[in-house]
Amino acid sequence: MSKEREGRQLTRRTFVKGSALATVAAAAAGGSLASLYGCTDPAGDATGGRAADVVWSACNVNCGGNCLYQWHVTEGMIDYMESDNTGDTNLQARACLRGRSMRRWINNPDRLQYPMKRIGPRGSGEFERISWDEAISTIAEKLQYTIDTYGNKAIHKIYATGMYSATGNPSARLLNCVGGFLNGMYDYSTHMLQVVMPFMYGDTFSPYDNFHASSFSEAGRASDLVVMFGNSPAETRMGGANAVWDYIRMREAIYDRGGRVINIDFRMNESISGHPEEWVPIRPGTDAALVNAIAHEWIVEGKVDEEFLRDYTVGYDEESLPDSAKGQNKSYHDYIMGTGYDMVEKTPEWAEPITQIPADTIRALAAEIAAAKAPYICQGWGPQRHTNGEESTRAICMLPILIGQIGLPGTNTGQREAEPPAYLVGGIPAGDNAVEVAIPCYQWLNAVEDGKSMTALNAGVKGADRLDTDIKFIWNYAGNTVTNQHGDINYTHDILVDESKCEFILCWDTVLTSSAKYADILLPDAMRSEQMNLITQGYSEYYTGVLLGQSAQAPPFENRSSYDVMADIADAMGVKEEFTEGKTHDEWVKEIYEAGAEASPELPKWDDMLKQGIFKKEVEPSIGLKDFRDDPKANALGTPSGKIEIYSETLDELNDTWELPEGQVISAIPVFNAGLFGYGTVTDAFPLYACGFHHKARTHSSFAVVSELRQAARNQIWINSQDADPRGIATGDQVIVASPNGKIQVEARVTPRVIPGSIAIPQGAWHDADMTGDRLDKGGCVNTLTAYEPTPLAKGNGSAHSMIVQVSKA
Amino acid sequence: MAQLGFFFDNSRCTGCKTCEMSCKDYKDLSESILFRKVYDFEGGSWTADDAGGLSTTTFVYHVSAACNHCVSPACQAHCPADAIIKDEDNGLVHIDEEACISCGDCVEACPFDVPRMDPITDLAVKCDGCIARIQDGKKPICVQACPLRALEMDDIEALRAEHGDLWQIPPLPVASTGPCLSIKPSPALDSPALDQGFVANELEVA
Repeated sequence: MSKEREGRQLTRRTFVKGSALATVAAAAAGGSLASLYGCTDPAGDATGGRAADVVWSACNVNCGGNCLYQWHVTEGMIDYMESDNTGDTNLQARACLRGRSMRRWINNPDRLQYPMKRIGPRGSGEFERISWDEAISTIAEKLQYTIDTYGNKAIHKIYATGMYSATGNPSARLLNCVGGFLNGMYDYSTHMLQVVMPFMYGDTFSPYDNFHASSFSEAGRASDLVVMFGNSPAETRMGGANAVWDYIRMREAIYDRGGRVINIDFRMNESISGHPEEWVPIRPGTDAALVNAIAHEWIVEGKVDEEFLRDYTVGYDEESLPDSAKGQNKSYHDYIMGTGYDMVEKTPEWAEPITQIPADTIRALAAEIAAAKAPYICQGWGPQRHTNGEESTRAICMLPILIGQIGLPGTNTGQREAEPPAYLVGGIPAGDNAVEVAIPCYQWLNAVEDGKSMTALNAGVKGADRLDTDIKFIWNYAGNTVTNQHGDINYTHDILVDESKCEFILCWDTVLTSSAKYADILLPDAMRSEQMNLITQGYSEYYTGVLLGQSAQAPPFENRSSYDVMADIADAMGVKEEFTEGKTHDEWVKEIYEAGAEASPELPKWDDMLKQGIFKKEVEPSIGLKDFRDDPKANALGTPSGKIEIYSETLDELNDTWELPEGQVISAIPVFNAGLFGYGTVTDAFPLYACGFHHKARTHSSFAVVSELRQAARNQIWINSQDADPRGIATGDQVIVASPNGKIQVEARVTPRVIPGSIAIPQGAWHDADMTGDRLDKGGCVNTLTAYEPTPLAKGNGSAHSMIVQVSKA
Repeated sequence: MAQLGFFFDNSRCTGCKTCEMSCKDYKDLSESILFRKVYDFEGGSWTADDAGGLSTTTFVYHVSAACNHCVSPACQAHCPADAIIKDEDNGLVHIDEEACISCGDCVEACPFDVPRMDPITDLAVKCDGCIARIQDGKKPICVQACPLRALEMDDIEALRAEHGDLWQIPPLPVASTGPCLSIKPSPALDSPALDQGFVANELEVA
């Protein structure tokens, strides 16, 4: 054996030895992990000639990129990854740093090995090994008991996004086969904007299409100025065929034409790297205040497109307000010019102390945007993930609306860059859910705690006037929102440990996440690269494709395919035939692929696809709301007026009829409202603002198990030296970050790249606290600090980015 | 003899570290060893006006650095065991691990802080330019991995003809070893605060 190979084996043994979680898992399993790492010496010498089988697969986590893998496999073990190196270089779906580390997740010593049942208190993480038979019969019994005792409405399939795959997660199908489940509406990514934007742009609005937003490639084709609010594709869409690649090419095209890019964010984010002149630093959560001041400048300077506003919108001024709002100074113009409800004129001087942007800079920004021929104005999903996010997301859209720069070449609608819904294959059908009542997904914890008090008017319940049962069974497949990715983990823990509330929690994962510790039954899952797998698209706007992957390596220990396990649960529930329709997992893959190939004849035949693994093609640029702009009558929007509703009469009615908590308002127009833990709410005890951000070492909380990633991109809060120096904090120091809701311990990075007065906290780190002791979270999970306060309209996770904190040396 | 070298597009790099991690996967490197590493180089200061508005000179750029496969490698010159080889066909510099005597002199000698002592094998290790892949007609794993197509490897004279002679940007040191590297600069190199710049991720690249 060569020295290189010898080193490999030793390295892998070190992984096992150094793993605390492995000790728990191995003890529970009563087995050894050594067989996972029995690396064999491949043919050829150590440095070259790594002849091996090549097996296609794809990434399946929720950045949505679905980047392509080619596993080089030697004697049944993955050796290394080559990502996409096929065809046109520009169309290569190259995996990011996380994808390139997938082998270290698949072969991680902390992989779950056997089905387990809880033996300690819920949340303790104490489990013992059980058989698959016992696990499946327990789950089936608990499902049946829940249905018999409380009804199917008491079963909740919690928000979970760790599995992007055509066939990887047939949970909804299985639950529908046994009578349905309480569905969670919307999602944690776009909760606020997804609910509020239809009131502005119409009821077909989706954050996931290319009808309500333009593509970066369109900006690259025809824009001369790109303005981004809270948008960093270099951190949220990192793959080589994802938005970051679109973005870089777009930026180069714009610079080549003499244009410019402006990036408004509280951090000098990684999309700005190398281009500091693009950055406009802003206090987090104050985007709407900046918009107000720009709008004020445009009104004063006569830059507003009155003709466009008259023909395409309602509510800009008194004249276009609906009758119910007339004569009450409720127009947007009144609000901006100081004659609205608050009687405050939104000048740049008004906005300066709020946003921390000098008034002159705001004026220059207003003039630059107004002078652009084709401004492309967009936002990431960060601005809406604030307590005032329902207003902020609409406010940013006001910029292109006010100057009529919508639906034209090179422009955008103010929303995030487009995602063409070019899905070439479908998935295993979910079937019909017999339970009609549904809740906003972020409301699940309230529905555990006291679901019976939740109504359409106080909790956003749909499909019924109220819930008539609490949640008693949580089904959590490939998700970490039971704790880690939800709000206020300490409060969440207190609700979940009361077994009289939620009586049963099923978790199903590959590693022992924070959420998995709360399982009553914990199932180990085979990964996509360990079985046949099929996926389409990816959050790419200029290309689409299909990947048909194969098993690169056998699932370790007793890990099984989720489909096979669900078929067994279906069998135990007496619905196997309904669930499987007599098909194996791989037969479903073939059927789904062939249905796609029939609809898109350009796709290869099944036998050819088995050999080539991938199919890719380009997608054309798109212009958001183009049809509406071309003919606003024929292509009227799905709003009551058919126009863009700057003022929404419907929202005004909801504000009157819904039962809102003290201090919450549903605003008919996009205003600046500081929001809970927003601007002006800092105190002596919590004198800094804090906001989360997406961290390159993780996709949300996925990949957190990979120690090499944790070292390559360390989990550090960002703090400006103006805030760090008085606290005696230097880079590398361990610090305590405390909010009204909890405390984390985390490493500090002192950097000028974050605006003074606010700190930046990378989201997705795994919660790690002694919950029966001091509850200090040494994992540094941001949701130990966030509040659980659903937003007024969407009932969503706006608290995710709105925090006030104190920071001190640990 | 051809002399291969790397091209790095500093204006495109977002510091994502895919190059680092693809190399770690291909070479099966542990946490403590980087053959390619990404420096976060940043600096700048903030001033406030009376109304609370802020101005800043903050900048950041990244440098993805590997072995520069120098024309006159210091590591080779200082190796007492003749264990460091400069390939006659392509100029790539690599270590003959059978000949390495674990003295660590190459680690000390390299101005670019490239060679490392592997804590498990106690042998000197470094980027070999993926010489086996080059000999197979492929690109180095990092070049093929970069999501932003910000890395290339080619004949260094061809790279310089296309992208220019610049290679020494902070935090890379001045060196007389003939590094085979061409860098396309980013606008951040014109930052007024460049001379206050520092490596912000020392803990990640050590």
